[in-house]
This record gives sequence, C-alpha cells and structure tokens, in this order.
Amino acid sequence: MSATAAAVTGNGASGKGAISIRNVTKIYDPGGADVLALDDCSLEIASGEVCMIVGPSGCGKTTLLNAIAGFHSITEGQIDLDGEMLCGPGKELATQGADRVVVFQNGALFPWKTLAENVAYGPIVQGIMNKAEARDKAEALLAEAGLGGVADKYPGEVSSGMARRAEIVRALINDPKVLLLDEPYRAMDALTKSIMHESLLEVYDRTKVTIFFITHDLEEAIFLGDRVVVMTTRPARTKKIVDVKIDRPRDYRLLSSEEFRILVQETKEAVHEEAVKAFEAGERELA
Amino acid sequence: MAQSSKNKKDGKLKSLFTDLTLRRGVFSIVIFLVLWEVGFRFHDWFGIMVPFIGKIDAPSLVAARWSEVVFKPGYWESWYLSFGRVFFGFMVAQLVGIPVGLLMAVNKYFRGMFFPPFEILRPIPPLAWVPASIIFWPTTELSIMFVTFLGAFYTIVINVLGGARSIDVQYLRAAQSMGATQWDLFRKIILPGTLPSIFIGAAVGMGITWEVVLAAEMISGGGQQSGGGLGFFIWSSYMGGVMDQVIVGMISIGLAGYISSSLIRYVGYISMPWKRMF
Repeated sequence: MSATAAAVTGNGASGKGAISIRNVTKIYDPGGADVLALDDCSLEIASGEVCMIVGPSGCGKTTLLNAIAGFHSITEGQIDLDGEMLCGPGKELATQGADRVVVFQNGALFPWKTLAENVAYGPIVQGIMNKAEARDKAEALLAEAGLGGVADKYPGEVSSGMARRAEIVRALINDPKVLLLDEPYRAMDALTKSIMHESLLEVYDRTKVTIFFITHDLEEAIFLGDRVVVMTTRPARTKKIVDVKIDRPRDYRLLSSEEFRILVQETKEAVHEEAVKAFEAGERELA
Repeated sequence: MAQSSKNKKDGKLKSLFTDLTLRRGVFSIVIFLVLWEVGFRFHDWFGIMVPFIGKIDAPSLVAARWSEVVFKPGYWESWYLSFGRVFFGFMVAQLVGIPVGLLMAVNKYFRGMFFPPFEILRPIPPLAWVPASIIFWPTTELSIMFVTFLGAFYTIVINVLGGARSIDVQYLRAAQSMGATQWDLFRKIILPGTLPSIFIGAAVGMGITWEVVLAAEMISGGGQQSGGGLGFFIWSSYMGGVMDQVIVGMISIGLAGYISSSLIRYVGYISMPWKRMF
C-alpha cells in the first residue's frame, strides 16, 4: 500500500486536527554517529481520526510523535496541522503548543500538585483562565470522568488507572486539536487497561478529538483505532495501513468477533515481519 | 474521605508513643546509661579495665553537674551564641546556595564557568579555611560564621544541582506541551521538583554546620574577643579539668543538632504536602 494513501475512515466531524506528515526524515546525531530514525515517512491523518501507530521497539514511532509535539526537530520533510506548517523547510522544530497535548508512557502528572491542580495547570499558564475559573473547570471535568472524589488527592495517592485518566482530562481541558498518546497504558494489567479503553472511547465519542496513539498492543490498536499504521523497523516508514471498518460505539463483545480477529491477525503478520528484522539487526533501542 | 485520612494520621502519631520502636529506643538508652554508671563505679569488670566509658564521669555526676549549670547564664549564652552562628551561616548558605545550584542546573554557560572552580574548592575542609577566614574578616565572630557558611554551602549546592538536573524530562515536556513559558517551567516545575533535594541538602548541611561551628569555636578560642559558644564551653571545661561539664557540653550539642534537624523536617513537612503520605 502506498505510504501516502489518504484513504481515511475517520469521523472527521470536528473539522480540526488534520495532520499531514510528508516525506519526513530524521537523523539523530548521538556522539557523531548518525542514526536514521525516520526515512521519508509520510502519513495523512484526518481530523477526528483515531490513528494507531504500531511497530517494533525503537523503530522511530516516538520520534515522529516528538516531531509533531515540538520536542525534537526534523531533518527533512514537512508536518502540517490543519494546513499550517508545524515544522518543515526553514523551521526544523515545531513550536510547542497546547493544540497538541501529549500523554506520556510513564505518566507525567506533576507529583507536587493535586489532580485538580494538575488539570487546572494548562489554562492557567496559558493565561486563558484565572486560578478560580480553572479550578472550577478542572473539578467539573474530573467529576465528569468519575474522578470527583479524588480531585484533591496527589497523584501518588491514587491508582495508576485513575492517574492516567486524570492525565487525559488534563490534556482535554486545553481543548486540543490533537491528543498525542505515547503508549499511555503500557505496564497496566489487562483489566485496568480495558477500563482505560472504555473511558478513552467515551471521551473520544464526546469530543471527536484527533488521536495519535502509539502502542505495542495490537488488540488495543484495532479496538480503539480507525486506522492502524504499521511502521517498519528503523528507519521508520509506513509499511502497511490497516483500515478498521468497525462501527462505533464499540464495546467488548467486539473482541471475540471474527472480524476483529482477522484484523488483528493481518496486523500481527505485518508487525512480526518487522520485529524479526529489528531483532536480527540487534540494534539497541533508541529512546 | 478527608476525615478518615486525618484519623489515620492522628493514629500514626499516637502509635509513635505507644509502639515497640519507641519503647525499644528508651530501653536501649536506659541500658546504655546503666552500663556507663556501673562501668564508672567499678572501673574494671572482672579484672579488665572498661575502655572509654569507665574513664569518664558517670551519668549521675553529669546529671548533677547539669542541674547546676542550667542556672548559670553562661551556659545558655553558649547555646545562644552557637545557635546564632549556625543559624546565620546556614541561612546565608541557603540564600546563596539554592540560587547558585539552580542556576548551574538550568544554564549550561553558568555551569561551564562555575562548576570547575566549585569542584576544586569543595574538597577543602571548612576548617582549613580558618586562618584565611581570620584574615578575610575583621572580627572573630564573622570568621566563625564564614567557616560555618562554607560547611553548609557546598552540600546545599550539590544537592540542589543534582535534584534539579534529575527532574524527569517528561514533566518539563508535559508542561511545555500545555503552553508553559520558560519562567513557568522554572517556577512551577523545576522549583517544586527540586524541593525534596533542597530539604535533603538542608538536613545534611545543618549537620555539617554544627560540626564546623563547634570546631571553629574551639580553634578561635572564642572567649577573648567575642565569647563562648558550646564549642568554647567544652574546650574551657576541658582546660579547667571539669570532665563532667565537658559531657554536659557534648550532650547539649547533640540536643541542639536534634532540635535543628527537627525544625528542618517540620518545615519540609509543611512545604511538601505531596510527600506526607509516605
């Protein structure tokens, strides 16, 4: 399948948050040894799409996310958001902004702030709301997510599932165009994970925010995504795009359906091939 | 919910005074005092000279001496003087050390310029600065304070620098992706993220400050020009051959150090509410 295929099955209802990644190349330079992390990588993500990114460890998925978020520069190519250039020729590093909020692998709620203070952080530093307004909004959003009872707890006092849900609320209060999730549910047990999935789908159905979601869990990818993009081993390119033409809202009965299993199998074959290549190359994971 | 967690904390406090740990602590101190007393009374056990403890005055003598000393204003003046020097040196070390540590952490040019000389100066023991300090400063008082300051300064800077540099980059990125400016990052991420290290630096620095102030008071012969302090109290008691009073001085320092570090722990407790659950 062509890497630039724009066959999009997303809902596209919100009309914002379309990402266009065109011929992006990234060369890392750790201590003089050039490492090609992304090689001529292209991908079109429609507004309101849930785009799942899978691929071998260290292939460059996070590099792509970092380029969109503005944490890392790109070497060549261009990334646009809603037709406006984030980074490209003449501007290697995208400006960080609250229109693209990141939810991290290991959780990044500030331990020194309560959940409500964490959620209120974005609007306060952007100067959109004063402290009292932000706090009210944060409490309302937390309550909506079923976290009203723990709004005044510190992240260290709540379960990892609650913390991760609060982190998504913290991202959503900024009304982002795109939610960038970097393996947010890694290292969670299967039961907690399934609760996380339901709550994320519920959020998505409500906001129709564009979601760029990196994962290693293929079932998670198919269950949540509109499309699953399989990346090659480093340097990363799009190898295969799996369209998930399953109606929303989705629930857990889907997991045992034939349709679901065929899609998982199809994705697994593509990923496995790349995983074997990565393993044989024996390359160390790139953070 | 809040009520139940409050009860739990009260329960913790209560259990501190009833639980085994405290009783064991009291028991071990009592045993120690009894052995010391017995050791002093008999001088030797079964023909073997009791080392160390048998040679110095027994706790009963120390207690008797202490009960006299507490009524002498000189004793309290020693407390006051030593506390003053420790407090002053420590506070100046905090006021200078925290910004220097933070600046080194966030600015690579500043770090490049000041870290090498800092690392050369750091291994020099504060007491080696005594002669230079006497030349630097017009009064003995200021010399002692300067040496005290040095004792805490390096530890504070190293802790702040290490603490600020080890803040998880994800916190910084999360804040930036929510629109934080550099100043927001510094004030709302780096500063609170460094707070635990600041208090570790303070606790260690406070210990060193007490060590240094005592030695500085002894060396400078604190008496003539600016008077006493607990270090001088011990030294002059020793010179006068009043051994039980030396021990009164030693225990006083132990208590003074304990009070100081309790204060730091308390300030840490109220300024870092997110650490309270541990």
